[in-house]
This record gives sequence, structure tokens and C-alpha cells, in this order.
Amino acid sequence: MTTSVIDLHAPYKERVADALNNKHLKTALNRSTVRMSAQRISAMGAVDGQTLRNQVRQMKEHVIANLPDLLEQLESNIQANGGQVHWAQDGAEVNRIVLEIARKANVQKVIKSKSMATEEVHLNDALEAAGMQVVETDLGEYIIQLNHEPPSHIVAPVIHRRLEDIAQIMQDKLDMPPTLDPEVMCAVARVKLREEFLKADMGVSGCNFAIAETGTICTVTNEGNGRMTSGMPRVYVVIMGIEKIVPTPEDAFLQYQALCRSATGQNFSVYLSMTSSPRQPGDADGPEEFHVVLLDNGRTDMLEKGYGEALMCIRCGACLNVCPVYREIGGHAYGSTYSGPIGAVISPILHTDVTNSEKLPHASTLCGACREACPVKIDLPRLLLDLRSDQVQAEQGSWFDKVAMQGFVQTMTSRARYENAGKLASVGSNLLAGLTGGNIKFMPPPLTAWTNSRNFPPFAKHSFRELWQERTSRRKEISGERTTPPAP
Amino acid sequence: MHKKQFSTPPRRVALFVTCMVDMIYPEVGMATAELLERHGVEVVFPYEQTCCGQPAFNAGYRDEARLLAHRFIEIFEPFLQQGLVDAIVVPSGSCATMVSHFYAAALFEEATDTAVRQRAEALAAVTFELTEFLVDVLGVTTTNSRFAGKLTYHACCHLLRELKIDEQPRQLLAAIEGAEMVELTGAEECCGFGGLFALKNANISTAMGQRKTRHLAESGADVVALCDVSCMTHINGLLSRQAQRCRAVHIAEVLNSQVDVAVAPPTVAPSAPEKRSRRWQDQKTK
Repeated sequence: MTTSVIDLHAPYKERVADALNNKHLKTALNRSTVRMSAQRISAMGAVDGQTLRNQVRQMKEHVIANLPDLLEQLESNIQANGGQVHWAQDGAEVNRIVLEIARKANVQKVIKSKSMATEEVHLNDALEAAGMQVVETDLGEYIIQLNHEPPSHIVAPVIHRRLEDIAQIMQDKLDMPPTLDPEVMCAVARVKLREEFLKADMGVSGCNFAIAETGTICTVTNEGNGRMTSGMPRVYVVIMGIEKIVPTPEDAFLQYQALCRSATGQNFSVYLSMTSSPRQPGDADGPEEFHVVLLDNGRTDMLEKGYGEALMCIRCGACLNVCPVYREIGGHAYGSTYSGPIGAVISPILHTDVTNSEKLPHASTLCGACREACPVKIDLPRLLLDLRSDQVQAEQGSWFDKVAMQGFVQTMTSRARYENAGKLASVGSNLLAGLTGGNIKFMPPPLTAWTNSRNFPPFAKHSFRELWQERTSRRKEISGERTTPPAP
Repeated sequence: MHKKQFSTPPRRVALFVTCMVDMIYPEVGMATAELLERHGVEVVFPYEQTCCGQPAFNAGYRDEARLLAHRFIEIFEPFLQQGLVDAIVVPSGSCATMVSHFYAAALFEEATDTAVRQRAEALAAVTFELTEFLVDVLGVTTTNSRFAGKLTYHACCHLLRELKIDEQPRQLLAAIEGAEMVELTGAEECCGFGGLFALKNANISTAMGQRKTRHLAESGADVVALCDVSCMTHINGLLSRQAQRCRAVHIAEVLNSQVDVAVAPPTVAPSAPEKRSRRWQDQKTK
């Protein structure tokens, strides 16, 4: 059986340990992240990738600098087209708004196109608690919904499962014959989902980008489920983070290019669905009601706290795919809707209940692979460094860290203390190394964390400065004159 | 990062050897100095130097890092201002990044620390990582080194993605006589060290390092050269624990022709005490 045991609210250490112990997760991540990264590199290389990144960056900088104006422009244009706009401070407010819309329209069945914003606010739980049936229609989301799992990647929600696992889930939950053929599995899901689309009263989607100038909501999908979610049910509700906005249709296509190439390595996605209004007189189909919920949930905090750069994210997932940490632990270990480098930056600031979110900024070696992959050139390592600094400023670091760091700096600010500490370390480490034959294989806590899996070399018996001094004086003796200028 | 263009090649440099090299790997410092001297550069070692502040900075302790940054500037600036040296050379990509990038970009704000920031920027313009200095400043194309065996290269993260230095070390390695360069899969992927990350997230760090050592084993390399002793410590910590033959060696030692595979350090038996037989006779058989 493949029944899920994923507990997003377990302590950070447990989540990480579970992920690292999961052999199948490792296989699944290895298969997908490497492939997706290679596809991204090839798709960005097929055009002038650097220019594209610079253009998108410039556009997003403009958006972040003019966010209030653009949002008001979007609102008035949606309203002018006959849609309704709602502003939500936080997740609870989103859920209240959507439930109210559903109640008024007497909604029983809801279909959803993949949306991280609704994951962020746990909309599905709220709708189900109110007695509605909610069906995810993105294939990946559909599979994890069958198995009661949260998504583990921004664009590839079921990336934590191997093909073999997915086959098992579908076999168990949909009573289909065993197969490893993705096309067969897809066909089964298509039949099931088609029924759901026809029965649904309300469609809910996220938003890849909204065009302020025209009041248009755009969703990018490869399965066409976005269009069916927005077009088939009586009511269409969009939940969008306030940063998902672009000024003009030209900007939308710029972001669309960067998104498709960076997310899946496609030149273009199979579908780009655009909705600007409810059904107009004479239209063959389309929703009778069109609602857009603009979600803050900590996004303005991000701006105020100096993390506005993180709001430029277009949620392509490229930083996850290249992240060596994500490649080892996957998305669930982050305990948040958003994982990988961008998740480590925004999860502690967003108003979500992530267990041990304070650990996330430290779940990175600052290797910089994410910044190189990011189509918007977000300096993720720098943002992680800033978050760490903020924690220290707010006295949120551990007492031990603080004492250790102050001791370290105390030592390093004096040549004498530094040299003495070096001598002490040399004696101590050589003693330890002597016990285990050349390399240190055990150190006391907290350094045990190192020696549990790795050796450590002993400190040198004579430091470089000692050797250099000796060499310098020997040379002086030989040549009878100074070879180095006096220290100032 | 704006780097100074030298009209005449620098003749004297100050060596910032880094605290790890000073205390743990003096041979890397010696190789660095000898390598520079072989190319006609006189090396000056400011004895007051300690640490650049990177560990504190990476952990978020910026006030503490600022103290060390300030101290670094106070120590090295006079050497430059008095014309005793033309540049600072660092045999470490991450420490070079700290000095030449983060001092000015993160520790000293433009508005509040204008004066120190300008001093930091002036220092940054003449601070070079070793291979960068050899190739870009001195114009070295070969160090006339010898190496018998299979050699590969691991691109350390700060060197590659902060300083954008990659061609320089690769070029110098490729010019080594007798070395058979082999391909390393994922050469540009992080080894998992990450400073305190290696302790705070020891299990993730180890998993990342094991990926690196797996790729090293697949490459068949005898030695993997790199430009940072911190990454070297991490990779070697795993390689020696796994009793692999391959070793990570700082590029200065490789280029200074001090690495000889024939007399590579003896391999250490894997430590698995729970599986070891208690009978001494059995321990001899392999």
C-alpha cells in the first residue's frame, strides 16, 4: 500500500530524517530534478536566455515598485468587465470569501486547477469542512489528492513519487488494472475527471499572472484543465497572490516565456487560458460569475521587511530543481507549501503555520545554484543571509550559537588569542587523531555531528605563520638582509 | 566587482592565507607562496591577520563579522597604502568572496558607513583569489607543473558563482604535464559543506557530500583539485571515512607539483566497529 504518512507538522529534524531515509523519494527526485534542470537549460539556451532574464527582472522590479497602483488598475478593469474583486488579508479571509460565494451560488461540487495559493491557505479543507466535494484536476494534484498528500513541488506536485508509486496509488484508489504505462494511467484519469468537470458547480484556480491593463487572469497548464475549470462551471473563482500581476499583455507574454522555459523547459505550454470576464450575452459558454480574490497573507510584510525581491518570483520551480538540498530532501521536509530555496525565503515571512520555519533559512549551503537558475535573477542566497541576520537581530538564535559565535570572534580579534587557540587546537586535535590513526573520527558534541559521518584532520603541529617566520629568518641569515619589508 | 587593472604586473603581494590554511593546512599556504614566488612575485605575510569573518557573517552575526572585517581592513590597508604590496592574494574562493564582495555589499551600508565602505571597495579591487591572480593578473598560462595520474576538478561554489572564476583554474590544471584530466559529473554541484550547515544540517550535508564522492569514484580520479580548503576538508572527510583512494588536494599544491600519486597517503580502513570481528586473525583478511 502507498497510504501516505507525510506529516508536514512534524518537527523539522524528523521531516528531514524521514526524507533522507526514504529510498524511493531519492530515486524519484534524482530522476525528475536532473531532467527538469537539463530541459530548462536547453530551453533557455534556445533563446537569448540572459536577455530574457534581464527583461523579466526589469519588468518585475517595475511591478514591485508600483504594486498598489497596478492592483487598483487590475481591480477596476475586472469590475468594468463584470467580474468581482475581493481583497483578503490572510488565509482565513480567503476561505470566508470563497465559502460565501459558494453558499450564495448553492455550490455542491468544486473543481480545481492547480494552485499553490489555495494550498497556502488550505482552501480545500475549508470547502470540505463546509460539506462540499473538491476535486483537483491537474493530473499530479489529482494523484496526490487520491492519496491525501500535499504537493511537494511548485510545478510538479507529485515529484516525490516514482512512476511505480503512482501506478500503485491509481491501482488502489481507482480500481484500475496494474500498469506502468503513463498513457494508460492518464487515459483513466481523463475519463474520471471529465465526469467531474461536467458535474461541477464552481471552478477554483490560482493565477500565473494577471494583466492589470486588461483585467485578464492567465493560467498556464499542459492538460487543458485550467480552461475547463474556468469555463465549464457556473462560478469561477481565482485566488491570486498580490504579486502575480503584470502591467500589460506584452509583459504577460514576457513572463509566460520565462515561466515555460524555466519551469518545464518548454518553448510554450500546451495551454494558456485567459479569462477577463464572466459570460457575456451571446457567448456560447463561460461562467455566470467571475470572482478574483487578491491574497496578501504576509506579502506586504515581505515588502516592508526588505524582502520585496522575493515577490518577483514567478513560481517556475527552477530553483528547486537545481538546489542540492532540495534534491536530497524533496519538498515535504520544508513543511511548507513552498519548498526549495524560494520556500526557505518566503515561508518564514508568509502568515502560514509552518513548524520550525526558523530552521528553513539555514537549510542551505548558500551555493548559489538557485540564483543562476532563477529567470528573475532573485538573489536567493543573499535573502537567506538577510533572514539569518534578522533572526540574530531579533534574538531568535539559540543561546549556544550566540555564545559560540561571540567566543569565536573574541578569539579572532586578537592575534595572541588566535595563535594561542591554534596551539591549543593543535595539541587537542592531534591527541584525538592519535587515538584513531591519523584522522579524527570522534569529536565531542556538537562536533559529533561532523564526525558521525566524516573524518576531520588534526590541526597542524606548526602553523603557517610559524613556518613562514622560520623560513623568513633562515633566509635572512643566509642572505644577510631583509627579504620582506617591515610590517607597518 | 570592479577589479584593478595593473599597467605593470604586480611585484609584491600580501598573502591572506586564511585561518584554516594557517592552522590546519600550512602546506597549502607554503605551496601558494612558492607558486607566487616562482612567477616572480614577492610574498609578504601580515602576521596580524586571523579570520575574514565569513563564519559569523554566514550565520547571521553581522555585528561580529563587521568587527573582523574592520580588523582585516586595518591590517591590510596600510600595506597597500604605503606601497609595500600591490595586491592581496587569497588561496580560497569563499574567503576571497567575503573580502572582495560581502564587506562592501553587505556589511558596510552605503548611507551609514560610507567611509568604511569606500575603503572596503578599494581593498576589494585589489583582492584576488590565487588562480584568478595567476591567470588574469600575471597572465600565466602554465605553471610548468607535473602530475602523474588522473586528475579532476571540483568547482567550489563561491569561486564559481560569486567570483565567476572557473576557466582560470581549469586552464592551469589542463596545462599540467603528465596529468590525465578526467570528467567529474556534477563538478559544479555543492559538496555540502556550507560552513555551520555541515553541523546544523549534518545529515543533509553528508548526503550531498556522498553524492560528490560517488561521482568522484565514478570519475576514476586519483586527485580532485579545488580552490578552497573548507570544501577540501569536507570531501576528504568523507573520502577517508569511506576508505576511497581519491583525495581532494588544494590547487596550489597540485600546481606546485607536490602531489605524487605514487606516494599517496595510505588508505584508511573503513570504520565499522560493530561489524569488526573480535578475532585478530580475521581482521587481517580483507
